Amino acid sequence: MNMATAPIHVTELGHRYGKRRALAQVDFTLQAGEFLALLGPNGAGKTTLFSLLTRLLRATEGRIELFGLDLQGNARDALRRLGVVFQQPTLDLDLTVAQNLAYHGALQGLSPDTVRQRMEEELGRFGLSERAGDRVRSLNGGHRRRVEIARALLHEPKLLLLDEATAGLDLETRQALYEHVRSLCEERAMAVLWTTHLVEELSPTDATLILHQGRLVAQGTLQELQSQQGISSAKELLLALTRREP
Amino acid sequence: MSWSAYGHAFLGILAREFRRFLQQRTRFLSSLVRPLLWLVVFAAGFRAALGIAIIPPYETYITYEVYIVPGLVGIIILFNGMQSSLSMVYDREMGSMRVLLTSPLPRGYLLVCKLLSGALVSLAQVYAFLLLARLFDVEPPVLGYLWVLPATVLSALMLGALGLLLSSLIRQLENFAGVMNFVVFPLFFLSSALYPLWKMREASELIYWICAINPFTHAVELIRFALYGEFSVLAFTVTSATTVLLTMAAIVGFDPGRGLLRKSGPPRN
Repeated sequence: MNMATAPIHVTELGHRYGKRRALAQVDFTLQAGEFLALLGPNGAGKTTLFSLLTRLLRATEGRIELFGLDLQGNARDALRRLGVVFQQPTLDLDLTVAQNLAYHGALQGLSPDTVRQRMEEELGRFGLSERAGDRVRSLNGGHRRRVEIARALLHEPKLLLLDEATAGLDLETRQALYEHVRSLCEERAMAVLWTTHLVEELSPTDATLILHQGRLVAQGTLQELQSQQGISSAKELLLALTRREP
Repeated sequence: MSWSAYGHAFLGILAREFRRFLQQRTRFLSSLVRPLLWLVVFAAGFRAALGIAIIPPYETYITYEVYIVPGLVGIIILFNGMQSSLSMVYDREMGSMRVLLTSPLPRGYLLVCKLLSGALVSLAQVYAFLLLARLFDVEPPVLGYLWVLPATVLSALMLGALGLLLSSLIRQLENFAGVMNFVVFPLFFLSSALYPLWKMREASELIYWICAINPFTHAVELIRFALYGEFSVLAFTVTSATTVLLTMAAIVGFDPGRGLLRKSGPPRN
């Protein structure tokens, strides 16, 4: 295990909004090529953790290192290797798929030629090449999500963060996206942090962090955790671990 | 990051602003109709009530229409600045602001690119309006059309920075109506856009002083002098200093550690 250059290495991370504590003492590491699920009910602190990792917020306690770089300090080199898919849609509906991707590529500092070439590759892989000239508004929810993932991969990141990427999609589309992202881990040795509140999205062998009321309450594969707790279903495991304190 | 990366980012942001602008044709039309209504209807009614003495930069008696054209250029860029603030609030709610904020380039640089792109979009509207104003006998010297370019860009940067700062203060779209009431109208009416300051002084010393320190007054005067081939040192100094201050404040507003996003909870979904 190499902590020094791990895509994510988080130590004693905590965050407060004024007096309200949203996150406390979170520690975990994500290695290159690994898939890690971050599971927790709504309000568990997933979005706060995600905002800290993407530098939309600055942590009030603890430390985040991406690829061995402190996010408080030299964040820009780390951000260059980071691809993000936010929970809420972030595409410009009035622009075409290609224009949305071009905008993102420009923000990453890529030349128009590189953007064109990368766009062909990524849209092709998602079966969206023919939709490049269509306005995003005319795409259905599943296609929009795929465009967002294609966009996040445009600058060939080494770490992909997805926040509830499957929200609002039907079962089949969710499954397809999940499998696609899993295959990216293997093919490109890309590290993936997959945030979700749906335990049924994950496979029993996925490494999982369970977040509840701002704290990590369990780490391990769902299989391991189930046998530790003596619970047969993953759903019940999640319920047991995230029962609200009275 | 290489220098070319900075260039690609600027061109990308500029292209997006222009594309959005071109797609909103009604926005372009309304941005022209608004000042034209002032020019044609308001000014026609007002010219009888208000005599304009010879004041710099004008060398002769002028009609009221001639007087208010720079002020109306001001209102075009003021509305644009606020519109881009609206689009920032909208962007943040829609999330595409997050895409901007996760770019590896410095945030300050990206925000300045956004301001500059907004200013260049304003320029297109200002020239369209100035050409239409010729139909109503507002005919500044030819060189004025050249000098008004830097004056407009600087003023648009100032008002864009104000909009940007406001957008980091406002968390909800609904609050934008408040911005119109508490920012746009006071800035516009308490300025030299509609009436010369000496006229104001006759009415009230206090209002005169408020108008005299209003940075929007100086933006309008910078444009007024430029349009007649002259340069107002005072207007330029106040406008550029205000631009720098507002831009810095806006960049701080978007800093996750110090900024105004910090205390109010996680970005909403």
